[in-house]
Amino acid sequence: MKKIKKIKIRLNGNIKSIFVDYNLSDLINLHKIPLKKVAIELNGKIIDKKKISKIKLNNNDKIEIVHFIGGG
Amino acid sequence: MVNLKKDNFIIAKKKFSSRLIVGTGKYKNMSQCAKAIKLSGAEIVTVAVRRVNISDRSKPILMDYIDPKKITYLPNTAGCFNSKEALRTLRLAREIGGWKLVKLEVLGDKKNLFPDMIETLKSTEILAKEGFKVMVYCNDDPLMAKRLENAGADAIMPLAAPIGSGLGIQNKINIQIIRKQTKLPLIIDAGLGQASDAAVAMELGCDGVLVNTAIAKAKKPFEMAQAFKNAVIAGRQSYRSGRIDKILMGNPSSPSKGII
Repeated sequence: MKKIKKIKIRLNGNIKSIFVDYNLSDLINLHKIPLKKVAIELNGKIIDKKKISKIKLNNNDKIEIVHFIGGG
Repeated sequence: MVNLKKDNFIIAKKKFSSRLIVGTGKYKNMSQCAKAIKLSGAEIVTVAVRRVNISDRSKPILMDYIDPKKITYLPNTAGCFNSKEALRTLRLAREIGGWKLVKLEVLGDKKNLFPDMIETLKSTEILAKEGFKVMVYCNDDPLMAKRLENAGADAIMPLAAPIGSGLGIQNKINIQIIRKQTKLPLIIDAGLGQASDAAVAMELGCDGVLVNTAIAKAKKPFEMAQAFKNAVIAGRQSYRSGRIDKILMGNPSSPSKGII
């Protein structure tokens, strides 16, 4: 059986290993992130949440997923 | 009687009836925070933008406790020390769900937490051009307040004293000068310690106050939330009622005629 290739990404500061054919939507689903309550940044650029299924992830991509928390 | 019902609090063309804005930080837990907010009567709460906890998705989410459809979330840039960080934070906040009404806070010193007004002014100009409605945390400096207004700020939010200090309004004269020069909403942000500080702010003619630590860290946060609610109402009513002139000597309350 052919081994599926993996790539390394940095998600919210932590290195994660994911399958090479993953897109941003797959990553969101994998971590059960409530899309309506977050904003996503890919390599320093804010991503339109409607387009995440079209955004393929590459090795060394930096992804930040943020939401609102308590603050002053 | 002063009709407080007709006395709307308007920010960026949106009407509010409560003039108390509260922060959602520093509470023991989310349910304490939600209850305190309810008791305070606040219709606007400040919130921070932070990373989602990827490894532990069971952690409670703010939106599950405070419904953004009922309470206006005011994304804040607390913790940002330059324009770049602040702009990044607010652009992300807008992306979460269309938040355009935001609070800009660019700090300049980790110890006293005073705002960096040069970075703040720069950020205000950019955000206003990008269509944000910017409420700006600033020093109690009338000249900078004017410059922020010219840069497109939607509300001026001078500090009473350093953030979290609980010292109350340190520079009443400056606050009054800012009041006289601007028609923008003027909101005291940071440094209040007790309910009477909020009443003083309102009596100086401020349109509102923003409180976090004084409620969240009070020994009885729920009672303090109510105290602030009442103080803001009392202070506003007092301001609109027109106080008496100050005089140096005594002036008896009872008529001198007919004294036995």
